[in-house]
Amino acid sequence: MTPVYMIGGGITKFAKAHPEKDFRLMVKEAYDYTLHDVPRLSKDMIDGAVGSYFSDHFTRQLKAASMVQDYLGLCPKPSKRVEGGGATGGLCFQSAWEAIASGRMNCCLAFGFETMSRVNTWKGNEFIALASDTNFDFPVGGFYSGYYAMMVQRHMYEFGTTVEQMAMVSIKNHANALYNPYAQKAKRLTIKQVRESPMVATPLTMEDICTMSDGAAVCVLASEELAGKVCDRPVTITGVGSGSDAMRMADRPHGKVILLPHERESDYQHLKYPGVHSFRGGRMAAKLAYEMAGIRNPIEELSFVELHDAYTSSEIQTYEDLGLCRYGEGGRFVESGMPFLPGIDYGLELPKQGRLPVNPSGGLLACGHPVGATGLMQAVFAFWQLQGTIGKHLNNERLQVRNAKRGLIHSHAGTGTYITVSILEAV
Amino acid sequence: MTDKGTVVLGVDPLVIRDHYEIDYHHSYAQDSPFFVGLTKGQLLGSRCTACGYTYATPRAHCMGCGAATSWFALPLTGRVHTFTTCHYGGESFLKETPFTLILVEFDGADTLFLSRLKGLQPDAVRIGLPVVARFAKTPSFKVTDVWFEPAAQG
Repeated sequence: MTPVYMIGGGITKFAKAHPEKDFRLMVKEAYDYTLHDVPRLSKDMIDGAVGSYFSDHFTRQLKAASMVQDYLGLCPKPSKRVEGGGATGGLCFQSAWEAIASGRMNCCLAFGFETMSRVNTWKGNEFIALASDTNFDFPVGGFYSGYYAMMVQRHMYEFGTTVEQMAMVSIKNHANALYNPYAQKAKRLTIKQVRESPMVATPLTMEDICTMSDGAAVCVLASEELAGKVCDRPVTITGVGSGSDAMRMADRPHGKVILLPHERESDYQHLKYPGVHSFRGGRMAAKLAYEMAGIRNPIEELSFVELHDAYTSSEIQTYEDLGLCRYGEGGRFVESGMPFLPGIDYGLELPKQGRLPVNPSGGLLACGHPVGATGLMQAVFAFWQLQGTIGKHLNNERLQVRNAKRGLIHSHAGTGTYITVSILEAV
Repeated sequence: MTDKGTVVLGVDPLVIRDHYEIDYHHSYAQDSPFFVGLTKGQLLGSRCTACGYTYATPRAHCMGCGAATSWFALPLTGRVHTFTTCHYGGESFLKETPFTLILVEFDGADTLFLSRLKGLQPDAVRIGLPVVARFAKTPSFKVTDVWFEPAAQG
């Protein structure tokens, strides 16, 4: 495999609606930002593109990625669309990685977008729920927040996770976003405010759940030779992994935990896994990515994580899948303060604040979740962190993780049906 | 909505209403016996003919070993494995809120079944609660032809 580098990225401001721009123009904005940021990179060096958007229902336009390809002036170069629910962006990123790693391309553009504002929020929820089994799950109450609520009820039952611990995730991510001008929904919150916001699906309130967005993001990946030629501070992608699980949550088995290098079978003697409380596909993705990147103990070897926090509960579940703590300890992990950023006052007592920042950008909860763009947005924030250029791109340094060496990005679909984990490292 | 004219929702940028609707010829294919079973007050699961793994949902082939499964009747009583009460939902379900979703666990089945729980106040639902299947008198040939209610205790 050829080493793969990320050499540029751009994001549009995520917003509830961008009626003045269609998906082509949104991608164009993020693309132009990228080219401007990497002045020695020109269009003729780009060998091809991978486009991602989740829902043909939202877009009301099949093959919309072809329209982006021509709008950017990239025809007749290779192009394709990648779709995988909420993990669409992460899968797109890895597809571009594959194009470089295989030697097929020297430079590949990954672009993603979603225009969710074209229908009302509840119709949008229906569209998203069509990504659950339409014979057995959708007709019963087709609502992803309901599915995640059932998962966390079981997590609470198995492990004693609390709604206050979940609220702390919401406080963290919304407060981080105060310093991220790309974010859609930045604010200061208290545990009381999170719990008193309207109940959506017990125990998840409005402030436990991400919002729908319009937005686009692009990444440019390149071979070592091209990266060295055009980019002053490229970032290398040292590990990729992905995993999957049964579409219907009801069909998940109750078996043995997939172990990471720093875990032992005796850690989980009585845990039936994954059940509906854990994401087996996320654990598989992490295991594969860690193996490729040579990571033995993620909590010691990562500088930050950008993970798919569509729900506060799924951030807690994902700490465990990624091995940042043991299964069952996700609630206590957030309580410890470890996933918070240092130097920001969250109004909480956090004994180990800032040991491993998770979602310094504000994550999906605060940035928004324009599905096809989301996984690429995470890559762009991780790229800027590892370059040390957060200050330049966000116009302030508050979210810059000091001495960031190695970051993890995690993209997640359905109730855990497709999940990607990618590891990026400063050069 | 109609062909009488276009509804303009905004002028700068120009935003119009665009309606879309479609009827499908939807086949339940190999899962059909499950839906027919609901009309007879039966809840059919799938048992692997090779490894014996039992699914509380229709699945014509085993996820574990790939062998064909055979149908078997699930018990009509089970327990709440997990639950939630939805106060919002997808557009077509908004009028039904609040409704309670449960995953049901059965003795003799390795996996679960997603259904609605009716006949109980949301704050009275708990994990482990015994529940009993109820069936629609007039079938709609959808999975909602079955739902669960609390089982009589003792």
